[in-house]
Amino acid sequence: MKLTVVVYSAPYSSQAAWSAYQFTRAALTAGHEIYRLFFYADGVHNTNSLSIPPQDEFDLVKAWQSLIAEHHIDAISCVSSALKRGVVDVQEAARYERTCNNLISDVTLSGLGQLVDATLVSDRVVSFGA
Amino acid sequence: MHESMNDSANQPQRKILTFISRKSPYGQSHAKACLDMVLSAAVFDQQVNYVFMDDGVLQLRRGQEPAAIDSKNLSAAFSALPLYEVNNVYVDTQSMQDRGMSTEDLVVEAKPCTAGHIASLIRQSDVVFNL
Repeated sequence: MKLTVVVYSAPYSSQAAWSAYQFTRAALTAGHEIYRLFFYADGVHNTNSLSIPPQDEFDLVKAWQSLIAEHHIDAISCVSSALKRGVVDVQEAARYERTCNNLISDVTLSGLGQLVDATLVSDRVVSFGA
Repeated sequence: MHESMNDSANQPQRKILTFISRKSPYGQSHAKACLDMVLSAAVFDQQVNYVFMDDGVLQLRRGQEPAAIDSKNLSAAFSALPLYEVNNVYVDTQSMQDRGMSTEDLVVEAKPCTAGHIASLIRQSDVVFNL
């Protein structure tokens, strides 16, 4: 089945982001296709490479990064949600004259149109954490 | 669902997307996040149902003055819904009653509906977003 996963919640605030990660991993293991992974609203914090959990805690941002890279998942962080919350890529950092960028690799900043497109193409859209 | 499996990704498709907005307009970002999704779906020419229930009905209340808490007026954006051809706007009657509201308090024209009606909207939908 062709799935799109939407993540609304930040890591370390609620279980939802972990559930989204575990669902995505389980779906891939079961042979489903992840058409798109869309981080929206507080969900963009999942793509902040400056997140540093204590060593004895699960590093969710790193785990997302590995999963996305390993399975070549089309992963999008909503650009307007991300900029407001201080998650920027190289281009946005340059555009707004900021001194650093922090979007994890293999994730793209893009608009809600990507979510609508994914909704139309996917067999199921599964949301976590509203 | 069968349609989406048979159609290729390149063919234009139309789905019934239902958005259920159930949070108050300020204090959390859910209401604005839901509105933005609705407008995006409408731009993509999808059949959109926009449902307000629980605290979400407060978003439709007249006379909001969010400038006092440094917030942007969300209800002003609702007047743009007809321009986006979002005409299927529903409001849960029970949620309004629970909060001492009637249709006269609403800033937009919304169709009063029951939980049963919302359940049937959900059944008819291809995708439901709930936030």
